[in-house]
Amino acid sequence: MKSLGEILLRKDETSEIVIGNTALVRAMIEAGTRVVTSYPGSPMPETAEAIRSISKEQRPFYFEFSTNEKVATEIAFGASVNGHLSTVFFKSVGLNVAADSFVQLALMKLKGGMVVVIGDDPGANSSQNEQDNRHYAHLSYIPVFEPSNPQEVYEYYKEAAKLSQEKEMPVILRLSTHVCHAKQKVNFSSYKQQEFDSKPRFSSENENYVPITSKVFPMKRRALKRIKDFKSYSNKSDLNKIIDNGNKDKGIITMGVPYLSLRDVMEDMDNKPDILKLGIIYPLPEDVIMEFLKEHKEVKILEELDNVLEKDIKALAFEENIETEIIGKKDIDDWINEYTPDKVQDVMSKTWPSLFKKINSKNHEKNVENRPAQLCPGCGHRSAFYAIKKALSEEDITVADIGCHTLGFLPPYEMGEVLLSMGHSTSTGTGLSLFNDSRKVVSFLGDSTMFHAGLPGIVNAIFNDHNLTLVIMENGTTAMTGHQNHPGTGSNFNEEVQPIPIKEMLKGFGVKNVYEIDTYAQTKLKEVMEKAVEEDGFSVVIATHPCMLKFTREARSKGAYKDNKVEIDQEVCHQIHECVKEFGCPSFSITEEGKVFVNKDLCIGDGSCIQTCPVDAIGLEQSNGGNK
Amino acid sequence: MANKKRTNIYMIGVGGQGIGLLSEVLIRAADYAELNVRGVDTHGLAQRGGTVQSQLRIGEGIYSPLIQKNSADIVIALERTEALRGIQNYLKEKGTVIYYNTSWQTLDVRLENSEEVSVNDINRAAKKLDAEIIKVYKEDLKETRMQNVVLLGEIVQNNILPEIKRQHYINALQDLMTGDKLDKNIALFKSLVK
Repeated sequence: MKSLGEILLRKDETSEIVIGNTALVRAMIEAGTRVVTSYPGSPMPETAEAIRSISKEQRPFYFEFSTNEKVATEIAFGASVNGHLSTVFFKSVGLNVAADSFVQLALMKLKGGMVVVIGDDPGANSSQNEQDNRHYAHLSYIPVFEPSNPQEVYEYYKEAAKLSQEKEMPVILRLSTHVCHAKQKVNFSSYKQQEFDSKPRFSSENENYVPITSKVFPMKRRALKRIKDFKSYSNKSDLNKIIDNGNKDKGIITMGVPYLSLRDVMEDMDNKPDILKLGIIYPLPEDVIMEFLKEHKEVKILEELDNVLEKDIKALAFEENIETEIIGKKDIDDWINEYTPDKVQDVMSKTWPSLFKKINSKNHEKNVENRPAQLCPGCGHRSAFYAIKKALSEEDITVADIGCHTLGFLPPYEMGEVLLSMGHSTSTGTGLSLFNDSRKVVSFLGDSTMFHAGLPGIVNAIFNDHNLTLVIMENGTTAMTGHQNHPGTGSNFNEEVQPIPIKEMLKGFGVKNVYEIDTYAQTKLKEVMEKAVEEDGFSVVIATHPCMLKFTREARSKGAYKDNKVEIDQEVCHQIHECVKEFGCPSFSITEEGKVFVNKDLCIGDGSCIQTCPVDAIGLEQSNGGNK
Repeated sequence: MANKKRTNIYMIGVGGQGIGLLSEVLIRAADYAELNVRGVDTHGLAQRGGTVQSQLRIGEGIYSPLIQKNSADIVIALERTEALRGIQNYLKEKGTVIYYNTSWQTLDVRLENSEEVSVNDINRAAKKLDAEIIKVYKEDLKETRMQNVVLLGEIVQNNILPEIKRQHYINALQDLMTGDKLDKNIALFKSLVK
């Protein structure tokens, strides 16, 4: 078996099939990165898995999952002003959490250099929006490099790190979902491990790090000058490249994933337009773009999500009196979804219909329903939703947060009817509780998310004495992004630590009514909920059960997994369908005649369903077994 | 214009069926066969029983790992509903679909809002495209988690990817696992590929 850790540390030139997120880690090592921080979020977490493949002793840099993206950014900043090359990585919307500190970075002299790696998510594959983080570059005066495939991820990171160190300024490496997860053979250079010392180099003697009132202006002036100067690098950089198809008429300016899609769509075409592929997307290589515009009669700006490039290039052309026709977005559809080859074909067919064929959609005989993600068999959240739903009345309001439990909004539970962002649920619930004497408000919040951004809302509910019930859906991990530890688990990325006990913490805050109950105790949980929502003020129910996906995986790897299943006694079953339609474990299947059976591929024998059957038709296959 | 030789493989299943391993073995086997490859797994929230897909492109003149609709030479599906989805969305005319004949019912089926996909549904959709259909099921398979390797074996046995040889797959499996797990998977693979 190949060892990823060994490959990532190999001193000689090598090549390996890896995803973009893994290529990134090799680049961090080669570049001499010293401090790396993150908070888990798709599409980035595999980067941490690659880091984990190198033992802590052999790891050439410090890594931690911090409690949220802002904390992670601040740690990377602190390390950088102390002279260490640092990197923080997180998902698209993570930048919103980090923003308060992030927008200050360009004002500072970052002695060691700092690369901010952002995993944007066009197509909203695993996010609550598809925000275009290129806007933040304009807001914060930070250059942006955008690779299109894993080889470029590796090369661009190294270049970004070098520039950041030289110029002592932050640089963004902007990835997107299908750059992070694309797999190909990547060629890695040889490298020499750098000698590091432990000298803290921070000094405020000749450098101001406190932007207050008039002190802000020289710092802002320097930031603006640095970004202006960066243009000359951008103009010369070979990360921007031209695909010259000898077309004097038509050209396309693009980057990243849309570039790859465009190349595929054009591969078998005659009269291919020329392409300018940008690797540095902020600040723009204006000279290169001007020349490209001048050489063509029509230029299409092909960019995913918003019209960031289009606006800048049109402004540039206006100032320079360029007569080239510049074609940007055609309609609202062009702003939405990932620029896959199909999407690019569609966008380009609206631009140059004679060159790009329109895709005809086909009609199908049988409609195949979508299969959205759902709670796993045995998931403690299922028992929680099933029980809590029974404790509430129809008109009560339930608020979701981010995490596996968000999936409770799907049928059959339909719990958690409104969602904004990480940690919003207590405060949104608070707002819903105002001028509301008739409908009870229940907010849900995962344990990891609570530590991430949920605490201020909880403290506020206590501070301002609000009337709602918070259910903490505690599964003992950060489940949705792949089971990372959090402050309540007793381990961080690197070692075992003292866990922060949630119940004691809340009591310490002054929450009067805190209940803690295992979600498999469904009847008890229902009773506790009924009591909690009747209480005046802020009450908390900690609905706890370990993530069963993690639990069974760990049991399997330890050889401790007891293979057990539930079964249905068909003679007892009255086909009430409580198990399949209300409890809704995916292990229950149904025949056309309404007979219920257990899908043995799915059932993990947790037995949480047994209590839901009104006629006791469900039981474990082995009467003495089970891991209940 | 002569098109360069390219093969698009579209894999589809449900989170938890082991599509990740299947796609990783295929991309590595193709690499051992010295073919140019691009791949990608699409898994937003894959662990929770949603549809997962993996795409693999082999050959020259390929850039994106993403396949265009109705242009997959091969659709590999781990389950019937996903097989039908894969055929309807991605399979090209005269392509090949290979699927494991099991069913993980969707929520709509379980709530009796729609009917389960049958072998006939798959046959009808594939015949419309004049596609070859390979239905796979191994009665005596003890570990359902190894259905992916059964499919892999049938891909090789049916010579669906002629440039990739038996040994390339074995090399790929050896890259990815060790110990008991490797022995079990290799033994199963070898029993299927003569």
